[in-house]
Amino acid sequence: MSGMIGRKIGMTQVYTTGNQAVPVTLIEAGPCVVVQVKTRKRDGYDSIQLGFLDGKPGKVNKPMAGHFAAAKTSPKKVLREFRVEDASGFSAGQTVTADLFKPGELVKITGVSKGKGTAGVVKRHGFHGGPATHGQTDRTRRAGAVSSGSSPGRVFPGKKMAGRMGNRTFSLRNVKIERVDAEKNLIAVKGRVPGAATGILTIHKQ
Amino acid sequence: MNRQAAIRSVEAEYIQKDLPDFKPGDTVKVQVRVIEGDKERLQAFQGVVLQRKGQGLSATFTVRKISGGVGVERIFPTHSPNIAKITVIRKGLVRRAKLFYLRKLTGKAAKVQEKMETASAPKPPAA
Repeated sequence: MSGMIGRKIGMTQVYTTGNQAVPVTLIEAGPCVVVQVKTRKRDGYDSIQLGFLDGKPGKVNKPMAGHFAAAKTSPKKVLREFRVEDASGFSAGQTVTADLFKPGELVKITGVSKGKGTAGVVKRHGFHGGPATHGQTDRTRRAGAVSSGSSPGRVFPGKKMAGRMGNRTFSLRNVKIERVDAEKNLIAVKGRVPGAATGILTIHKQ
Repeated sequence: MNRQAAIRSVEAEYIQKDLPDFKPGDTVKVQVRVIEGDKERLQAFQGVVLQRKGQGLSATFTVRKISGGVGVERIFPTHSPNIAKITVIRKGLVRRAKLFYLRKLTGKAAKVQEKMETASAPKPPAA
């Protein structure tokens, strides 16, 4: 299996062998169920669709209910697809647990960051803003000049400006796994991870 | 599993259960493990506890001492495995939870009055 779905729990710290305190994020990783197996022959590519977190049977529409029934699983809240080299070794209904990962392994973690709404240029792009004193007025958090004058006579595309910040899917690569507890479906990874606690994450082997 | 319970279950493995009961104002002696080359020895740091901060595994405490006429403060993670032992030398009588006012005081004024056992005061539980 090339990865699995998890849910962010929160942060704490652990002590490693050298008595070094390491900040970690706890992730509830699985158990995930294989809901669909896609093969090159039938779908054009090999991948595994995993389901995570039990949903309420009444909340699923009929097409999705049929999809879960085909895999003989209860309805799941989250479905994610993971590409694999060869899907022939997998069957629907099979479970994937946290022991997929080993302590010390490096993984890629994808999630949606916390939304910050419309943010100014100081918060969004780390601009320094203007001076606060020496006769200045109303420019402590302003962006300053946006371009040159009549040549080029326009603002270059991609110019950093104020706007929506956060609520964006992004990945962290080379995240080290510090602890794995397959019984409790918990893994601890070093450092921070995108999104709020209870946010859904995908963890990929790399 | 509840999220807080999950965090506590991971922290439980590292939490030191045999810590003495000490408070801000107490004078403590902290035995710190120091690795020199391939040898490990204990280094003592004795002073007044200025504050205890945080909860769970992330809790810390600050110890202040005067070393060679200079005030030195060290912040220890309460549950750090690098701390071999904490001993309470004397209990202090203070009315604050954070004793940052001691930083401005020198000499006799910076001394914390010792807390004496009285018949009415409940005895601290044996730690």
